[in-house]
Amino acid sequence: MTNALSCRGLSKSYGKIGPWALNNVNLDLPSGQIVGLLGPNGSGKTTLLKLACGLLTPTGGTLLVGGAAPGLETKKRVSYLPDRNYLPSWMRTGDLLDYFGDFYTDFDRKKAEDMLKRLELDKKMQLKAMSKGTREKVQLVLVMSRAADLYLLDEPIGGVDPAARDYILDTIISNYREDATVVISTHLIADVEKVLDTVVFLNGGKIGLVSTTDAIRAEQGKSVDTLFREVYRC
Amino acid sequence: MDWDFDDQRPIYAQLVEQVERAVVSGIWPPGSRLPGVRELASEAGVNPNTMQRALAALEQGGLVYAQRTAGRFVTEDEALIADKRRSLAGSLAADFVGNMRALGVNGDELCRLVRAAAEAPKAAGAPP
Repeated sequence: MTNALSCRGLSKSYGKIGPWALNNVNLDLPSGQIVGLLGPNGSGKTTLLKLACGLLTPTGGTLLVGGAAPGLETKKRVSYLPDRNYLPSWMRTGDLLDYFGDFYTDFDRKKAEDMLKRLELDKKMQLKAMSKGTREKVQLVLVMSRAADLYLLDEPIGGVDPAARDYILDTIISNYREDATVVISTHLIADVEKVLDTVVFLNGGKIGLVSTTDAIRAEQGKSVDTLFREVYRC
Repeated sequence: MDWDFDDQRPIYAQLVEQVERAVVSGIWPPGSRLPGVRELASEAGVNPNTMQRALAALEQGGLVYAQRTAGRFVTEDEALIADKRRSLAGSLAADFVGNMRALGVNGDELCRLVRAAAEAPKAAGAPP
């Protein structure tokens, strides 16, 4: 079976001779999994996601999404939640539904409207009038309402309160298709580890560890969060 | 039902254990239908694949059985449930005795304390 995401010797530098945001990364993520991309600030999480979306080009090595190099075809099948607001701030939630409906053929408007209702988000509200947390919820609803093969979520729970975090994780669990892959980048490990299949530790642009939540707990007798704190102690 | 996880052991093992408890204590009565994997995973806040794995293990043990189209059900085999109750109670008792020994409480004194607690009108620390 083709991997949802596959990297070989993947490297990225934002300068001419470094420093390396990603340094010789080899990684295969199979389909049908929820993957946690975990690492301290500046470890290369966002860079890896942006490469997978085709927003950046590798300095070296290759990256394949469902067996294909990032481009027009992969963008149809990848649903990306950036770590910042990229939508026009004058738009109302209702406008955004139209916008996504126009852009993506796999956008399920009814699903989005149901989720907005459950989160009690007003369709007439403008993005610029929303709090950071509310804006993040709206963006997540839009991204999870696509029937994509690969979801790339950059810090989906960073800006919301603990109660809303649970709701957002539940939204992710109950809305991804069974054979789709969800990559969640975050440093809030304790909040996400129960929903992860695979755990990828990234540090200084390199892969530190690839395992599963339950394998880490079974072998080390400690949570992923505790292990992370030990490995990356400052 | 309420799901609760500790930080040391695999989620999968804890799911198996909590379903066993739900069956033994009658929260999920014999013959009752279980919610779908997705629904259970969402309720427990865990990964659907992990929930699937736990349910497969429970099926293997016979406490739960699958019917091709109708879904998963709790066994109607009362003897099997009674067996499971005994083994869960046995391991709780062993834990308890271990903790008491660590406190230096043994033999007759331990039995006396247990009897007193059992006969108290409302057992202290009992689950609600």
